[in-house]
Amino acid sequence: MSYLESTLKTIPTGLSKVLYVNWALVLLLSAAASVGFLMLYSNAGGSFQPWAEPQMKRFALGMVAMLMIGMVPIWFWRNIAGLAYIASFMLLIFVEFFGHVGMGAQRWIDLGPIKLQPSELMKISLVMLLAAYYDWLDIDKVSKPLWVLIPVVLILVPTALVLNQPDLGTSILLIAGGAIVMFAAGVSWWYFAAVAGIAVGLVSAVFASRGTSWQLLKDYQFARIDTFLDPSTDPLGAGYHITQSKIALGSGGWTGRGFMQGTQSRLNFLPEKHTDFIFTTLAEEFGFIGGISLLALYAGIVLFCLVSAMNNKDRFGALVTIGVSATFFLFFAVNMSMVMGLAPVVGVPLPLVSYGGSAMLVLLAAFGIVQSAHIHRPRGKR
Amino acid sequence: MRRSPADTAQSARKISRRALFLGGSQLAFMGILGLRMRYMQVDQADEFRLLAEENRVKFRLLPPARGLIYDRNGAVIAENEQTFRIVIRKEDASELDQVLVELERLIGLPLEEQERVRAELKKAGPSAPVTIADRLSWEAFSSVSANGPALPGVTPEVGLSRHYPLHDDFAHLVGYVGPVSDYDLSKMDNIDPLYRIPKFQIGKSGAESRLEDVLRGKAGSLRVEQNAYGRIIRELDRHEGEPGVNLQLTLDNNMQNFTQARLAGESASAVIMDVETGDILAAGSTPAFDPNLFVRGISSVAYNELLENDHRPLPSKSVQGAYPPGSTFKMVTALAALEAGVVTPEDTVRCMGYTEIGGRRFHCWKRAGHGNVNMVGSLRHSCDVYYYEMAQRAGIENIAEMGRKLGLGLRYDLPLPGINSGLMPDKQWKLENRGAEWVVGDSLNAAIGQGFVLATPMQLAVMTARLATNREILPRMIKSIDGVEQNILGGAPLGLNENMLRSVRQGMFEVINSNRGTAFSARIEDDTTKMAGKTGTAQVRSAVVNNNNVPWIERDHALFVAFAPYNAPRYAVSVVVEHGGGGSSVAAPIARDLMLYALHGAVPPLAAYPSSQRGTIRERFKAMPLRDLDGDESTRGRA
Repeated sequence: MSYLESTLKTIPTGLSKVLYVNWALVLLLSAAASVGFLMLYSNAGGSFQPWAEPQMKRFALGMVAMLMIGMVPIWFWRNIAGLAYIASFMLLIFVEFFGHVGMGAQRWIDLGPIKLQPSELMKISLVMLLAAYYDWLDIDKVSKPLWVLIPVVLILVPTALVLNQPDLGTSILLIAGGAIVMFAAGVSWWYFAAVAGIAVGLVSAVFASRGTSWQLLKDYQFARIDTFLDPSTDPLGAGYHITQSKIALGSGGWTGRGFMQGTQSRLNFLPEKHTDFIFTTLAEEFGFIGGISLLALYAGIVLFCLVSAMNNKDRFGALVTIGVSATFFLFFAVNMSMVMGLAPVVGVPLPLVSYGGSAMLVLLAAFGIVQSAHIHRPRGKR
Repeated sequence: MRRSPADTAQSARKISRRALFLGGSQLAFMGILGLRMRYMQVDQADEFRLLAEENRVKFRLLPPARGLIYDRNGAVIAENEQTFRIVIRKEDASELDQVLVELERLIGLPLEEQERVRAELKKAGPSAPVTIADRLSWEAFSSVSANGPALPGVTPEVGLSRHYPLHDDFAHLVGYVGPVSDYDLSKMDNIDPLYRIPKFQIGKSGAESRLEDVLRGKAGSLRVEQNAYGRIIRELDRHEGEPGVNLQLTLDNNMQNFTQARLAGESASAVIMDVETGDILAAGSTPAFDPNLFVRGISSVAYNELLENDHRPLPSKSVQGAYPPGSTFKMVTALAALEAGVVTPEDTVRCMGYTEIGGRRFHCWKRAGHGNVNMVGSLRHSCDVYYYEMAQRAGIENIAEMGRKLGLGLRYDLPLPGINSGLMPDKQWKLENRGAEWVVGDSLNAAIGQGFVLATPMQLAVMTARLATNREILPRMIKSIDGVEQNILGGAPLGLNENMLRSVRQGMFEVINSNRGTAFSARIEDDTTKMAGKTGTAQVRSAVVNNNNVPWIERDHALFVAFAPYNAPRYAVSVVVEHGGGGSSVAAPIARDLMLYALHGAVPPLAAYPSSQRGTIRERFKAMPLRDLDGDESTRGRA
């Protein structure tokens, strides 16, 4: 009798699973999403339309999906990880040829009510596949070069497709998310040190490529980097977003101007005020207190996931939980760095808060797998 | 995938260690985010708040309404009319291409105008408005306003623009306004912020220019909250400026209209003045122009036409034109001689048709001579020889002093540009300006208003008023500012001997009312409004020839000065018709018409004219391009 079989008996079945859901996580997710509803309501000038109400409906749908996914045994998700990856990969290729072009990038497939972004699906499929890979791999082979190369290829191929769309933000999240799963699985520190070294070289190469025939980034991406480095050079042009974002955020002060009293966001100084820059509305209207509270909620979500992962003796479950929480962390860390002027403007939404359909649904589905891992974790006899 | 419990435990331990490290790193990064947030929102909050305020709140100047200008009876001479225009500011012009395409569709904005807007925006400051289209029709304006959302950054504005409802009549007196130019700004020490508003209207000539500071008013300010597209969300506060002060002029708009109409066709000027107060009732100058053309920006073709016209429409001839006064100067010489005690009114001089001095002959206009003439006769006949004699007896210093006493050679303080002070020469003047000694021949020429002597129609009117009243009358054109009646200038007694003055006036009376007077044909039949005056014919060239046979530009100037009624003078008038020929035939009839109009306050009744002339007069009035006046005559009485 293997360890797994011996512990399977302790895993809840049937309706009793509901008792084992990570309810604290559900609560934190709902709290963070509620902050989003409030901000969308405020941004629409005190109206549930056009953003808050659809967002609430989607969140409700996402929560149901999350709980349903959570009820499904974790080994099912492990077993379909390869399939999910291949499906996401095919969709990415499909969008390359037939996708809709929006905001200068080719990103989504129009499925009628929902605009599906395969790159969103890929983020979660990649985490699942890597977790499954390391679940399968012998532990002593983890740091062997050949076995390191396989996940690196699994990460870089879809990343190349996403970068080609082009979507720099998602590309960064894919690489970083994948790397974190590899790191958690125990890949040697040396590889990460080497990659860091190579990354520095690559960044230099990207800058060196500027203006040549083999230019690695689009002009607008270079422009964003330029204005990030010095927003004041073009206050009404490309630097406008960063400057206005910082003004709105900074003018919030300790306690903010009060709900619906934000002048900068309400008067349209802020670009994409309901999507990527929604944090500025919160920071302006509720000040430092409001901003730090959301950050605390996010920290809670990440910590609950990590604790759940550390208590999970199932390798796939633990790794997928860490992968999902890391992706979630990367979302808000990049977004907040961006609006605070710590990072260049890349199109990364604030998770659960920004207005957007497929991103929220995919994220909640991913938390569904986290829930599944939590519910179906092997429990040792104590 | 079966694993030994040892493997599983080792794996779980490794994952936990790595997870702890990850969690620590993530918390550390969140700590950095929190600190950054604190730094921006707490430490730098004031700075960002200020920037936010600047973002949101825009400051706009509100141009004040320019003061109105009325005539002495309250008729509007210069008013402000509403104009509709659309402007754009550089800071709001991020979607200029789209805006211009849309405007071409909506109001048919021509391509060259679109290019001009682009060019002006390049040069303009971020918040200075650039006019896209001015003087829009109400239809075009409302279609732009209604399509606001499709025109980000475009601001519809209702502005005020100067309008002169009486068109040509006051062009030379009230002047006109025009958009402020770099040249205007370069002349100012202290630039009113209003002048930074593009196309702000500034007085360019006439009273509009001289009284600019009074008429302009003070700028108001407006603080508005606007969104990122430049749309005004609401007004935060508004400080109304002070509108410019209203002016009332001493001019009478009907009198002025009649004067312009009477002078029409000639290059001429006339001044009608109240002899008691110095109020100018009308100061005509023809040809004139429509000042509204300049407000809108005159085309270079039209402007060149004005510049090249040999009748010179642009200058105000009543104060800018300086002419030899000719025989209208003889009263000055006569009084100078009387006051100097070198002659009495009864003394006679024998006129042989010329005077010979140092071998040079000075002719009288009548070659045959006048025989024995006394003072009254010399004026009646305008005998030159009498005045050659007076010049030799009195000397130029006495003549010049009397001339200045009567207002010649002086610069009056009138709200008009380019006022000419004329010239009342004396020995010192000639030495300083010509570098030569005064010779007796100069005195002889000066005595009959030729030679160096120059006077403007305004000065001649003042001279006449002083002769009529024996008081130091000064011209006045501003009746009240902001309802406050302006002081009447001067008026002090001149101190001339009344008896001597009476004989001069008697001479002037006989010029018109004696059947041997030079202006007998310009007499007034009505006994209560008898006129006294003096003809003048100023030579343009040295040789006297028949005026009908020379080109217009070489003909003599025709002059006439008069006051009336003779017994109780009320008005003085001066008329100069450039190259008009004889003063008696051309200038005197005009002076009579103007005088009668002033006395009657309306187009003169035919009964005032000699019966033989009434037919001609009736035809003349009928043909005059008078403005269509309101039927009710009584409302236009003298104020």
